[in-house]
Amino acid sequence: MANHDIRLIVRKGTVHALVGENGAGKSTLMKILYGMQKPDEGTIAVDGTRVSFSSPADAIARGIGMVHQHFMLADQLTVLENIVLGSEKLHGIGGAARRKIAEISERYGLGVRPDAMVEDLGVADRQRVEILKVLYRGATTLILDEPTAVLVPQEVDALFDNLRELKSEGLSVIFISHKLGEVLSVADDITVIRRGTTVGTAIPSETTPRQLAELMVGSELPTPETAESTVTDRAMIEVDKLKLLADGESGRALLDDISFTIHEGEVLGLAGVEGNGQTELIDALIGLKHADSGVIRMAGEDITDLATRHRREQGIGYIPEDRHRHGLLLESPLWENRILGHVTERPNAKGFWLDPKGAQADTRRIVEQYDVRTPGIDVTAASLSGGNQQKLIVGREMSHKPRFLIAAHPTRGVDVGAQAQIWDQIREARREGLAVLLISADLDELIGLSDTLRVIYRGRLVADADPATVTPEELGSAMTGAASGHLEHVEEDPEEGSADASEDEAR
Amino acid sequence: MKKFDKERVLLAVAGPVIALVVAVALTSVVLLASGKNPIEPYTLMLEQISYSDVQVLTINQAGMYYLAALAVAVGFRMNLFNIGVDGQYRLAAMTTAVVGAHVALPAPLQIPLLMLVAMLTGAFWAGIAGILKTTRGVSEVVATIMLNAIATSVIGYMTLTENFGVPVGNNQTTGEMHESGWFPGISMGESGEIYGFVIIAALAGVLYWVILNRTRFGFDLRATGASPSAAAASGVNAKRMVLSAMLISGAVAGLAGMPILLGDTHTYSLSFPAGLGFTGIGIALLGRNNPVGIAFASLLWAFLDKASPALDYATPVAYDKEIAVIMQGLIVIAVVVSYEAVRRWGLKRQQRRVGEELAAAARDNNGNNDTVKEVAAR
Repeated sequence: MANHDIRLIVRKGTVHALVGENGAGKSTLMKILYGMQKPDEGTIAVDGTRVSFSSPADAIARGIGMVHQHFMLADQLTVLENIVLGSEKLHGIGGAARRKIAEISERYGLGVRPDAMVEDLGVADRQRVEILKVLYRGATTLILDEPTAVLVPQEVDALFDNLRELKSEGLSVIFISHKLGEVLSVADDITVIRRGTTVGTAIPSETTPRQLAELMVGSELPTPETAESTVTDRAMIEVDKLKLLADGESGRALLDDISFTIHEGEVLGLAGVEGNGQTELIDALIGLKHADSGVIRMAGEDITDLATRHRREQGIGYIPEDRHRHGLLLESPLWENRILGHVTERPNAKGFWLDPKGAQADTRRIVEQYDVRTPGIDVTAASLSGGNQQKLIVGREMSHKPRFLIAAHPTRGVDVGAQAQIWDQIREARREGLAVLLISADLDELIGLSDTLRVIYRGRLVADADPATVTPEELGSAMTGAASGHLEHVEEDPEEGSADASEDEAR
Repeated sequence: MKKFDKERVLLAVAGPVIALVVAVALTSVVLLASGKNPIEPYTLMLEQISYSDVQVLTINQAGMYYLAALAVAVGFRMNLFNIGVDGQYRLAAMTTAVVGAHVALPAPLQIPLLMLVAMLTGAFWAGIAGILKTTRGVSEVVATIMLNAIATSVIGYMTLTENFGVPVGNNQTTGEMHESGWFPGISMGESGEIYGFVIIAALAGVLYWVILNRTRFGFDLRATGASPSAAAASGVNAKRMVLSAMLISGAVAGLAGMPILLGDTHTYSLSFPAGLGFTGIGIALLGRNNPVGIAFASLLWAFLDKASPALDYATPVAYDKEIAVIMQGLIVIAVVVSYEAVRRWGLKRQQRRVGEELAAAARDNNGNNDTVKEVAAR
């Protein structure tokens, strides 16, 4: 059961935030509202009329439109073409459509250029195109599914300005998020969903993020701050002038002149808007792509030409950014997933032979120790929620005592309790000399866990910062290429003091 | 846990059972449409089960199908479509027949030698497709189809009288193999002889299971089939895996013609059975690439083959034995559809059940909420 006893009332002309952890049932609820799934019980009413949607087309006809988390745009078409695609009947595909788009764009301050190619647009622009697409179809209620997940702080602010514009024109917005600060700053009403049911509502002006978080998870919110530094001077991973070119004719540099060193006991945080070379860097480090030039050394040993398996046996742990594609065999049982990536190592194998008993016993241990919620180890990985899948992966990787851990979004989609546990695991292993490359879209996580921060932009490391002093906004501007070099915080002293204070509070 | 095991068995059986029921029903529709009795052909064929000579024929045929289907299944397990089993086993049978006719070692050496020749030939032929795929990115489907045609021509050339061919009557053979290479059969008296090689086929099935489920190599192979991207990230060398799987598949395919070659004909001729490789694809599908499933599927297929001729001689009304062929075709189509349907249904069902069990567990633990809080606050 993904949803039960849901009660949600959205007032006209407001931004209504729907918050809850991943896996709490937000997406299912939205699918029901948008006609992608039919409810087994209960009713939906729009403007007081009871409605029943059997497809998104029905929902749009009733003025409900959805902006998906993953954009649904054709890269090779212009903005205009993308918008009219599938709604040619409304205003044609020519001048009338163009005028309509210009009018909507003007009215809500979206600043969309109808003739730009979608492939040339940045993430924030694409999002505005998606919003315009929905408005063009006559939506009066917009559902935005985690719209800020892909944006940097400055872009988030711009989006919120757009949302305020929309509601001042009498439209309603349902805003799905689990970032509480954002929710409090933009929403008029908040509904909290937990384990598939609505557990309460909140009024933003009278609520603190912590109270909201407690409502959301039914427990307290952890903080990612790390304690004393454990950085040593023994280099674990040294990357020197790494360069990776795109396949084919263009030969564009996906990674260019990447150099960094991670010492034992150090967490290096890599900030960057998705798609700026993080994936390629991970692939180069794990051995899925081989660098065109440059050297990767692990504990002084050149591993540039080693195959993936060999690297992993050397002690590289890998928490992939896309766990479905790179971290799991979805239709295989949990204990086989425990073997994945470590098939040559104990307890999974004895020499040439697999050791299913050993792997099963160890899977039970991981399930127990990492609180993977599952009825058994024989169920398929696909039947677990995203957070539990992630816990299994983290458990698996940490079980092999890695010397170097590539952690891409290690807590993405994980509930708050497990988030704290994963952070603890990373901190603990760090104390024992683990070197970590941390890639995360959650800037608080990056700043809180890292000993050193780097910013990647268009395949280059453009800036570095001290996590003790930098603010998310400063990082954000470097992530969009607006700043580079060493990011110095201007008002050094008061910031330092408050950072210490919050750290004390967290202990 | 027990419950999920039962679930697995249920899901494994549901697919083929649904497919068979649908195929039988559709065949009846065909019979009805052509104005025939829609039930009687089945009873006529089922009667054949009790005849021991039909049993022997069925088992012998099933042995060959089994090896061919195993060869296909090895590829399937990692999403490789080896359509070339047909060319591989025919070429291997021809080569083995030639070697068997020209080399005379004592039986304990001769038979292993012949098996080795068959496996190497099959592996070589499949390996060509494997190398083309890994080095040039040529689809193994296209390459193996082409190689089937080439194999036919190569066999035609090699069996010319000026090469290795020996004309016997109006048949072109490769000459009789030396007796030391004949694989001893199991005599069933009046009913005939079961090919001894059927035992080898069964052993191959056991080996297939052990390698896939109990070795590191097998895990890598299955992982590649389940998710190429996850397998690559876990350290599987995709190219080496493709080549190994093609070679193994070809080697097993090479054995597919051996039961009849070493057990009965002792020569490769124009009348050597063709098309085993294609039949093997259908059987591997029906058997879900599982060694036990393939065994049942092979027996069913062989039974339909061997029981259907009786339809032609049935009294008072004769039926066309092609009814069995229609059924086989319908089974393959129904299998593909029903497996996918059952798979999706099973996944959904399991997801729901896991959700329910967890919800139930959460309700039981409601009193323990404090401990959860403690963990989070740490």
